[in-house]
Amino acid sequence: MERIPISQALIKALEFEGVDVMFGHPGGAILPAYDPLYDSKIRHILARHEQGAGHMAEGYAQATGRVGVCIATSGPGATNLVTSLANAYMDSIPIVAITGQVPTGAIGNDAFQEAHTWGITMPTTKHNYLVTNPDEIPDVVHEAFHLAATGRPGPVLIDLPKDILNTEIVWHDPTGTVELPGYKPTTRGHPLQVNAAIDLIQDSERPVLYAGGGVIAAGAHEELLRFAEQANLPVVTTLMARGAFPDTHDLHLGMPGMHGFYSAITAMQQSDLLIAIGARFDDRVTGDPRHFAQGAKVIHVDIDPAEIGKIRKADVPIVGDAKTVLGQLNDRLDKALGDNPPRARAAWFETLNGWKQAHPISNYEQEPDGLLKPQFVIEELFKSTGGDAIVVAGVGQHQMWAAQLWKYIKPRTWINSGGAGTMGFAVPAAIGAKTGMPEETVWAVDGDGCFQMTMQEMICAATENIPIKVLIINNHNLGMVRQWQRLFYNERFSASELTDHTPDYVKLAEAMGCAGFRAESAQEVAPVLEKANAIDDRPVIVEARVDPDEMVFPMVPAGGSNDVVILSKDDLT
Amino acid sequence: MSDLHLITVLVEDKPGVLARVATMFARRGFNIHSLAVGPSEEPALSRMTIVVDAPAVEQVTKQLQKLVNTLKVVELTAEEAIEREVMLIRINADPEQRSAVLDAAAVFKAKPVDVGAATITFEVVGEPRKLADFLELMRPYGVVSLVKSGRIALARDPKARNLRAIS
Repeated sequence: MERIPISQALIKALEFEGVDVMFGHPGGAILPAYDPLYDSKIRHILARHEQGAGHMAEGYAQATGRVGVCIATSGPGATNLVTSLANAYMDSIPIVAITGQVPTGAIGNDAFQEAHTWGITMPTTKHNYLVTNPDEIPDVVHEAFHLAATGRPGPVLIDLPKDILNTEIVWHDPTGTVELPGYKPTTRGHPLQVNAAIDLIQDSERPVLYAGGGVIAAGAHEELLRFAEQANLPVVTTLMARGAFPDTHDLHLGMPGMHGFYSAITAMQQSDLLIAIGARFDDRVTGDPRHFAQGAKVIHVDIDPAEIGKIRKADVPIVGDAKTVLGQLNDRLDKALGDNPPRARAAWFETLNGWKQAHPISNYEQEPDGLLKPQFVIEELFKSTGGDAIVVAGVGQHQMWAAQLWKYIKPRTWINSGGAGTMGFAVPAAIGAKTGMPEETVWAVDGDGCFQMTMQEMICAATENIPIKVLIINNHNLGMVRQWQRLFYNERFSASELTDHTPDYVKLAEAMGCAGFRAESAQEVAPVLEKANAIDDRPVIVEARVDPDEMVFPMVPAGGSNDVVILSKDDLT
Repeated sequence: MSDLHLITVLVEDKPGVLARVATMFARRGFNIHSLAVGPSEEPALSRMTIVVDAPAVEQVTKQLQKLVNTLKVVELTAEEAIEREVMLIRINADPEQRSAVLDAAAVFKAKPVDVGAATITFEVVGEPRKLADFLELMRPYGVVSLVKSGRIALARDPKARNLRAIS
């Protein structure tokens, strides 16, 4: 029987899992794996920093729904991946990370480029492995993909010592069935709980369907739409669930939370029943949880039992996969309704529609000759694409405006760093998304602060021929930091100002092999975006120089009650 | 006031499982009061007994259950549990108070395991309460050093309720 080195077995195992692309950066300890990769049909994309490789894998996973793969060397290579692992863990993104490690005999000796990767990544992964038995490798890889993709998805890391990579084994195909006695996610909701949920919904006067990222992870958007329509339920979609339910639908109230739509925030506060599906009562949604939706009963559907009751007690807990459980809820509802229509809840919908009309999310004024408003730029971008694009955001004001003002219709068209709030996420995640969905237009909406954290990946995009487009909302400030300093720190703008004209983003774009454009006035925006949209042979950077004093509203200050929503600057005095 | 809960956890006997449990406790801000781990009836499985100081023990058990190497997590009430702990305790025992210390120890079936010129070391096995009482009794003589194994526990056989007196 032919013996092959583990390094080759690793690549074979990845091919066996159907991996078509991996994002990484080589180095000493992982070099044995890069040698067989040279001959593999798996495409390798050379990130300029391992953090970028990790976020690319995440963007790929979120755009495609498939497991993203990143690879790095030992020590600093692995520690540079940690932020992306923590991000994937927070947002339940299925990725597999492969890291080199110093040879087993050197572990613990403070060898060159040694870090305790296994220990460092234990609290930021769903599970991780330090492979010490070479014969395990095909099954470990298979298990890692299974763990990443099933149950509540998440990051899994495989740490491979260099001597193990060089050991030869006889290849065997993974056994197919994964033997994990301690890992058996419940996907089907308990039927009695499903019945109880429908009973509560039927009795409810003011229900709100609270859809979270789990709906997208489970591919449950069609079931969600059917359920909302069949049961006549208003829907809110969290930051992680934008696109899980069409923004244009009459039943949609918008995004809840700190910078959510007034209609969504207030509907939850006034609700008598919250139906949470794949959502986790994050503090950015609830505000002070003691004052959150105090009159509401709660039906909580989640694949992760630990999320149920973690923040908010559930009256009807349902452990299960969002798609499966929504299917069960639909079936039960059909039986309960028979030939009758669902409850009309006319008074509730009248109230909700009143809020929607009174407090539209698009709430700014663009003077024709005034400073360029960031919201205007994002709305112009939406118009310029007809909404037909995948939008990837960094973290901060631009992220909130992109979440608020774009009309999301389909799942996996909005990609951002929700739980971890990782600045610098947009550029690499957009590269990953475009790699996975090459036919789609991918627009990163980024801030100037975020862009400067990971902008070197534009060189990766240019050299690897991944034509993403980046809109930099340049307010030459760390905008959200500035907003908080304005509101809560007496306008003492400590360390939040970036420079006005440095870098020159147009020149920088050209230096990195990308096309570069700038818009400084309202009139310039549409023509510049038109030019940017016309380019598809290289990455594009569009810099929009915007009003630095614009703030994101609505706003519920951190830790405050969702009863008090600041709607505009006028509410502040 | 502390809020102690007794949890037994059946885990795969794999490298790093203890680190995973300890890391999860640290990550979630749960406080470990005591932890004992050793082989179970199955060769590939270990049993941990964890006493945790936490107001919301349900989150602790759920997060434990979520670890991939965890097979079973059970919270035991005092009534459901058979609990034992071992303590080694070294007491000041000058020749003039030695007999008093030994008399008191005999009441607790504490076994002298090391006798020096001025100290006696006892091994005490029993329910945590018994160990605590023995410690209080010995304090006036002067406790030189002390170590506890951490609690171990098994659930009582539910079919043997009438035989409770045996323990």
